[in-house]
Amino acid sequence: MTTVFGVPLAVILGQLMLGLVNGAFYALLSLGLAVIFGLMGVVNFAHGALYALGAFAALLGMKWLGLNYWVALLAAPAAVAVLGLAAERALLRHVYKLPPLYGLLLTFGLALVIEGTLFQLFGSSGDSYPVPEALRGAWNLGFMILPIYRGWVILASIVVCTGVWFVIERTRLGATLRAARENGALLQSFGVNVPLLFAATYGGGAALAALAGVLAAPVILVTPHMGSSLVIVVFAVVVIGGMGSILGAIVSGLGLGLIEGFTKVVYPEASNVIVFVIMAVVLILRPAGLFGKE
Amino acid sequence: MSVELLRITDLHAFYGESHILHGVDLRVDRGEVVILLGRNGAGRTTTLKAIMGLVGSRSGSIMINGVEASDLPPHKIARLGVGYCPEERGIYSSLTTEENLMLPPLVGSGGMSLEEIYGMFPNLAERRATQGTRLSGGEQQMLALARILRTGAKLLLLDEISEGLAPVIVQALSRTIQTLRQKGYTILLVEQNFRFALPLADRFYVMEHGQVVEGFSASELPAKMSALQAQLAV
Repeated sequence: MTTVFGVPLAVILGQLMLGLVNGAFYALLSLGLAVIFGLMGVVNFAHGALYALGAFAALLGMKWLGLNYWVALLAAPAAVAVLGLAAERALLRHVYKLPPLYGLLLTFGLALVIEGTLFQLFGSSGDSYPVPEALRGAWNLGFMILPIYRGWVILASIVVCTGVWFVIERTRLGATLRAARENGALLQSFGVNVPLLFAATYGGGAALAALAGVLAAPVILVTPHMGSSLVIVVFAVVVIGGMGSILGAIVSGLGLGLIEGFTKVVYPEASNVIVFVIMAVVLILRPAGLFGKE
Repeated sequence: MSVELLRITDLHAFYGESHILHGVDLRVDRGEVVILLGRNGAGRTTTLKAIMGLVGSRSGSIMINGVEASDLPPHKIARLGVGYCPEERGIYSSLTTEENLMLPPLVGSGGMSLEEIYGMFPNLAERRATQGTRLSGGEQQMLALARILRTGAKLLLLDEISEGLAPVIVQALSRTIQTLRQKGYTILLVEQNFRFALPLADRFYVMEHGQVVEGFSASELPAKMSALQAQLAV
């Protein structure tokens, strides 16, 4: 059997594949953070709570309304987007002119409120969401047995990330968004409703978090706090990719998932901290992040 | 349709604590080219920004096409048919030339088509895929001007568009303004460059210390010339 560093190649490939699944979630979540930070300059600490909210929306949609997974995939992000939009109009828009700390504290508070409410209503024990019929079973990749659902997560994440990147970098709507982040006041003087654009962006970022939540629901336990530990890693991913960089968020999300998987093989003890070690090194060598400007 | 397109009455503008405009009064009629003269710091740029709602706060009246604009947000003011070309040109570095050109939404009917604009500014057509801020200064100025011609805006607020440009480009801009005037655009132009401004204007206003101190028509200019030279000398 082929071995690398005395580890069977199959084991390495298996861990890399699992790392890629984690990376798919990192990419989706850090993408939403990057979109929000890039345009609005807000470090959205509520992102983990919005992710949990997406998973809960799918779960409750199934229990209360009998909505299946595929409907939830669209309906849950839409519902969370509306909530995000409302939160932006009611709260967040008042802090743009204040130092960034205010936005961070406000969204942190928002996260506590959302997670606290979910905890009050549903308790902390959590619930599981069934894997949809069509995605049950597993593929034999030769070096590992890959549950089809996990393959689907990777595929869905890559498709959504590429789509968001395309919209922002290659379309007129994206050009308007890029202009808004560069000089929003001038853009508004051209007749663009920039405040509405900000609200829609926050709603869009929230929808991406919720989509990640729905994708995660069948593979993890859905609890009010499912996002709070994940979001810390995701913030590190965003910093590594470069705050606000769309491509940076996607590439470093997937890449760090892979690196984490690889670390699990060669030195498992470090697998929980490797992302933060990389973040520290990147901050020393390239303070703006791998894809950041300046 | 009334003759008057823009009327400003007792306009005050503030940036935070600083009071910049102290009761500006002026009027621009449909189809006119009106030039705001004055030294640096007299409040000409702030007057244009105040019309667009880009100052900290303002009071007084700004009537655009019969609509009171002083309490509207900037995007609604633009939609009254106003195109603004800022002094710093405001070309977006994250957008290509053509993306910059296509950025402002339509605010009225009868704007120029992309073909017409490229016909008027052939340089921009050649460099349509280039990053906006990699254009030369003159090309960036043309882009900033071209950008608001597509939108159907009929009232153009142009701030120091000849500043820092080579004489040959300034001449080209001057011809452009004359063409726009023939096409029926109404233009309020802030200008420092006398030789650029004089042949273009129907009327002039002179600003000092945040107020309009004088207004006169192009025919009165020759008699005023020497007094103006002294008044505007730095």
